[in-house]
Amino acid sequence: MKESSGSSGLRTYVLTRLALALPTVLILLTVVFLLMRVAPGDPITAALGARLPAKELEKRKEEAGYDKPIISQYGEYLGQVVTLDLGESVTDNRSVTSILAENGSATLELTVAAFMITLLVGVPLGLMAGRYRDGPWDVGGRLYGIIIYAFPVFFLGFLFQLLASQFGWPTSGRASPLVEYDLDSITNFYVIDTLLQGDWSAFWDVLQHLFLPAFVLGLTISGVLIRLIRVNLLQTMRGDYVEAARARGVSERRVVINHAFRNAMVPVVTVAGLQFAILLGGAVLTEETFNWPGIGSELVRYLNQRDYIAVQGIVTVFAVAVVIVSLLIDLVNAFIDPRVRYR
Amino acid sequence: MSAHEDDPILDVRDLRVWYGTGGDPVRAVDGVSFQIGRGETLGLVGESGCGKSTLGRGVLGLLPDAAAVTGSVRFDGRELVGAPAAEVRDLRGPELGLIFQEPMTRLDPLQTIEAHFREALNTHRPELGKEEVRRRSLEALAGMGIPRTRFGQYPHEFSGGMRQRIMIALALVLEPKVLVADEPTTALDVIVEAQILGILADLRRNFDTAILLVTHNLGIVAEACNRVAVMYAGEIVEEGDARELFAEPAHPYTRELLRATISLETTGLNYIPGAPPSLIDPPPACRFHPRCPSAMRVCADLHPIEVRAPAGQRVSCWLHGPEGQIPAGGREPLERREFAEAEEA
Repeated sequence: MKESSGSSGLRTYVLTRLALALPTVLILLTVVFLLMRVAPGDPITAALGARLPAKELEKRKEEAGYDKPIISQYGEYLGQVVTLDLGESVTDNRSVTSILAENGSATLELTVAAFMITLLVGVPLGLMAGRYRDGPWDVGGRLYGIIIYAFPVFFLGFLFQLLASQFGWPTSGRASPLVEYDLDSITNFYVIDTLLQGDWSAFWDVLQHLFLPAFVLGLTISGVLIRLIRVNLLQTMRGDYVEAARARGVSERRVVINHAFRNAMVPVVTVAGLQFAILLGGAVLTEETFNWPGIGSELVRYLNQRDYIAVQGIVTVFAVAVVIVSLLIDLVNAFIDPRVRYR
Repeated sequence: MSAHEDDPILDVRDLRVWYGTGGDPVRAVDGVSFQIGRGETLGLVGESGCGKSTLGRGVLGLLPDAAAVTGSVRFDGRELVGAPAAEVRDLRGPELGLIFQEPMTRLDPLQTIEAHFREALNTHRPELGKEEVRRRSLEALAGMGIPRTRFGQYPHEFSGGMRQRIMIALALVLEPKVLVADEPTTALDVIVEAQILGILADLRRNFDTAILLVTHNLGIVAEACNRVAVMYAGEIVEEGDARELFAEPAHPYTRELLRATISLETTGLNYIPGAPPSLIDPPPACRFHPRCPSAMRVCADLHPIEVRAPAGQRVSCWLHGPEGQIPAGGREPLERREFAEAEEA
């Protein structure tokens, strides 16, 4: 059905965008690498300086390649990234890959769940607020947006923990200790793992643990989303094509959903996607509050111990994740908006 | 006289559209009456901001909630003012069509031309099958010179002139009996303008469509309209047969408007001094009197009464009487200091 510029335009756009992501990643990696080396001294001395004899330190430095010129260190670093082997943390000898697998998956699981709650709360409320301007939904939605945004996550977290503990609802960790002990890590996403094992009581236990932190984190961002959707919808509701559709007698419901809402979502997708990217690294407060073994709290721990290798590895993955998310945003936008893929 | 007065498809009487702005309302349309018969084109002319676009939308019930509408709009005998919103909505499209001034932004940028047609036809002709919808859409587009190969394309892939033709096809595919065209050619170049006017003329001839052509371009009115209504500050000041009205304008505003038109014979530019008045607090009595070259004393004191001018048109101007209503001394010329005041305002 689609002629000429329809789907082939989309394909060209996707390929171009993918090709453009590579240099972006390279630049980011370089920045991460350089940042880690601006600090005086080397990572080994920084982390272990006072704890090991000088000889042992030298040996470790040689092993890690810190005696080599910076350019060959850079080459090695890039090589590590490509082979997905980001070395071992200095302080506790965990491989960065396993840190990511264990703690990264916890964060990703939390973030995805929180984001689903954000969408579930934010999209309908934003839609109602924009659709019925100055009505009860709008006033309520705006008020909610402000209040929820003003509450610090840990305050909201404690509040809900207090409430939940009254009903015996779990308020900390990813699963009950026994469930966690029995769990075979296949994907490291507990929700998926328990499902794969077909263990329904474990699945329910994991879901219960996930709900509270995801709910708190999700609510926090939903305030921004409501306001964003509202303001964009108010704008598109005044759009010329919306009036034109009304002039053709299209029902108000259809006008709002087919024209105003879809057009309002174009900028929302971008901002919501970036919010998601920020969440990946910025869920530290929620993770701390709910004792959630996420990557954010691990990063803070390694930073405090000045374990630069672990930090470098985690930050590298964050950087790549942000690039991937923004790539996804662009692809979604191209899918929604034909003008994006037209150029 | 002519057919339209026996059986007007659209009969507007004493229509008022006031926008509430917290304090005093904006009287965008203030007591307007006109009729349009089947197959007739009425040109509605006036300066920017005189309320002509509001009038066009008021006919279709397309005004924002903040607008207060009183008076009567009868379409084919059915009263639209005060009718339930859903009822009026069902008339928009298949009975009352609207085409807009600015075609560039009137199509949803995220949807194909095909989706626009499908939506319009599914809304009003749900009984039509997919193939029939496609067939009718392509036929309407072909009538506007848009090739079928472009049916699946998006609005940004078309030029302004093509988009306006798509908008017209989108209105016509529903076969409306009345078409309100709100400055349909203002944003387009002269070649496209001629095409669009040709299309409107065909429509009138072939489908007996009644057209309300809103414009500020008197040339278009002369070319495309049977009758013309001249609007000033929310009121119709003169209305009649286009040919007669242009040959023998009865209202000083129409006269000045015609004098301000540029043609090849134009040697100097004529303009009407002053600016269109505020619609919140319009001048008392005759709204044109502060700018009128022929203003008399009565014009500043009493609202003019509609009379028949010698050439047959309706006109609201004291120059044409009625003589019995003008108080003694009312025909004395108005002193000019009031004009300076109005200009400042």
